Amino acid sequence: MNIIKARAPGPLTPSVSRARPWLRFRPTGAMSGRRVQRFRERAIESLLFLAAFSSVVVTVGLVGILAYESIPFFRRVPLSEFLTDRLWTPLFADPHFGILPLVAGTLVTTAVALVVAVPIGTITAIYLSEYAPHRMREAVKPFLELLTAVPTVVYGYFALLVVTPALQRLIPGLPGFSMLSAGLVIGIMIVPYVSSVSEDAMRAVPMAIREGSYAMGATRFQTAVRVVVPSALSGIAAAYVLGVSRAIGETMVVAIAAGMQPNLTWNPMEPAATITAFIVQVSLGDLPHGSVGYQSIFAAGLTLMAMTFVFNLAGHLLRRRFREVY
Amino acid sequence: MGDLKTLITRRKRFDAGFRAAGLVATLVGVLILLALLVDLAADGLARVSWQFLTSYPSRFAAEAGILSAWVGTSLVMLITALAAVPLGVAAGVYLEEYARKTWLTDLIEINLANLAGVPSIVYGLMALGIFVYQLRLGQSILTAGLTLALLVLPIVIIASREAIRAVPGSIREAAYALGATKWQMVRDHLLPYSLGGIATGVIIGLSRAIGETAPLVTIGALAFIAFLPPAPWQPAFPFVSFEWVKSPFTVMPIQMFNWISRPQQEFHVNAAAAGLVLIAMTLVMNGLAVYLRYRFRRRVTW
Repeated sequence: MNIIKARAPGPLTPSVSRARPWLRFRPTGAMSGRRVQRFRERAIESLLFLAAFSSVVVTVGLVGILAYESIPFFRRVPLSEFLTDRLWTPLFADPHFGILPLVAGTLVTTAVALVVAVPIGTITAIYLSEYAPHRMREAVKPFLELLTAVPTVVYGYFALLVVTPALQRLIPGLPGFSMLSAGLVIGIMIVPYVSSVSEDAMRAVPMAIREGSYAMGATRFQTAVRVVVPSALSGIAAAYVLGVSRAIGETMVVAIAAGMQPNLTWNPMEPAATITAFIVQVSLGDLPHGSVGYQSIFAAGLTLMAMTFVFNLAGHLLRRRFREVY
Repeated sequence: MGDLKTLITRRKRFDAGFRAAGLVATLVGVLILLALLVDLAADGLARVSWQFLTSYPSRFAAEAGILSAWVGTSLVMLITALAAVPLGVAAGVYLEEYARKTWLTDLIEINLANLAGVPSIVYGLMALGIFVYQLRLGQSILTAGLTLALLVLPIVIIASREAIRAVPGSIREAAYALGATKWQMVRDHLLPYSLGGIATGVIIGLSRAIGETAPLVTIGALAFIAFLPPAPWQPAFPFVSFEWVKSPFTVMPIQMFNWISRPQQEFHVNAAAAGLVLIAMTLVMNGLAVYLRYRFRRRVTW
């Protein structure tokens, strides 16, 4: 209790008058002091509520403006063409508005990222939660957190100027821009998200369950894989979903290293644009309000939101399905 | 009996193998961070100089610098902090201390969890639609600061809530017992005690915002800004001027992105140097946050 100073508002010296001297001269004729105070408390509570409610306003604003600005786009482009056309060339003389190439680019880079992040992230989480000595865990975690603090544009630099040349030495004929190199770097980038959330979930598994397993003669590995991981599955699923939504929304790495040409392909060795890279590419040019380019980035953004939402919903359902209650 | 023994040996060996694999996987992250820093330093350290920090961007790589970028980043961060901190702390106080369990509170909670998962570029689209075109704030420092403020708002709110929750109930009861109203209790006790946690969260939030590129590209930040925003003071009354908030701007990550996108090798060196400065900024902020967390944890003993 060494820092708690006696600053309590006592009845004889109301803290109100000390902290705000001008309030000492408030008119008390119309309203008594207590009433003023009650009014003040109410007003403050309302203000604080407005601050908390502002986050809901932000969400409404996000979804609302995406939908509102997409309306003119979907008046021009029927939904069937948007979902089935295999070309995305909104700014060409002969415009095509098929979102598929961008969705494919997004899914391929995300898949490459997951191939990296899921094994490394999960093994790291198991190691930190089940094997590593306490001091090592405390030493490593800040470094992993720092990985998430590195600006994504720096990862983009890394992908384009370090990873791509290295890959080109391994895979002759790899183009200067490829989804593979962007995906690999995004994978490294999301490892800390996957590992820290899964580790938290594993550490939440009660010790008694582990001890039961050890008592039956299981090794650490058997306990980790057959007891701890299944018990923590809902949290691990949440970690994967977080990783997926980071990878889908990642922008700068793909804009820098994957190329910005829409390209309907499932081959990660090819360059392709993702939804986010397309938005960046259009935004870099001149973008008058109401132009086709302007409308198309909002339609693309709406698609991105929808994809993130679907993955988050799937994660939520997975979590419910695998929830273990102790 | 021999079977059992070989089984046990095999499992133990497997276990040791997995331990090694785990160590490698864990170190991959740390090593890649180091490799990234070393590579960036090798490419760009020689370019970081006083001239680099005090020059405008230029067509000639050797003359180019990041003056307008770091000034822009600082001003945008100022707006972001001014907008996100009061709003986030107030929201945190409300949710922890005032909120009753109603559907409205549930809505706010669920919404906060979901907001954290929205891709940052979507915030940029919202800012383009609402701030730039509906509210006509233009492609300005103000727009950029507000956009990033909304982006880090969930981080600030969550950090404030955790810091406030860590203050023990006895403090609240002591204040009430002496006749304090709820707001007096919050102002005189909760906020001072949770200040360390809140400051840590705010700094971490800002260190995320400082590296954000995508939302600012979307609202139309320019990469080639060869001037500074107007000064915040003026010779005539009222001596302060807020013209700078309406100024066009560039920020560090956008300047770096611009240099990466150019084909010439010399600009890549500039990009590496800008990346180094940017990483130094985030590392300093994160270091500050870690230090604050440590200091307050040590000083406060309930």
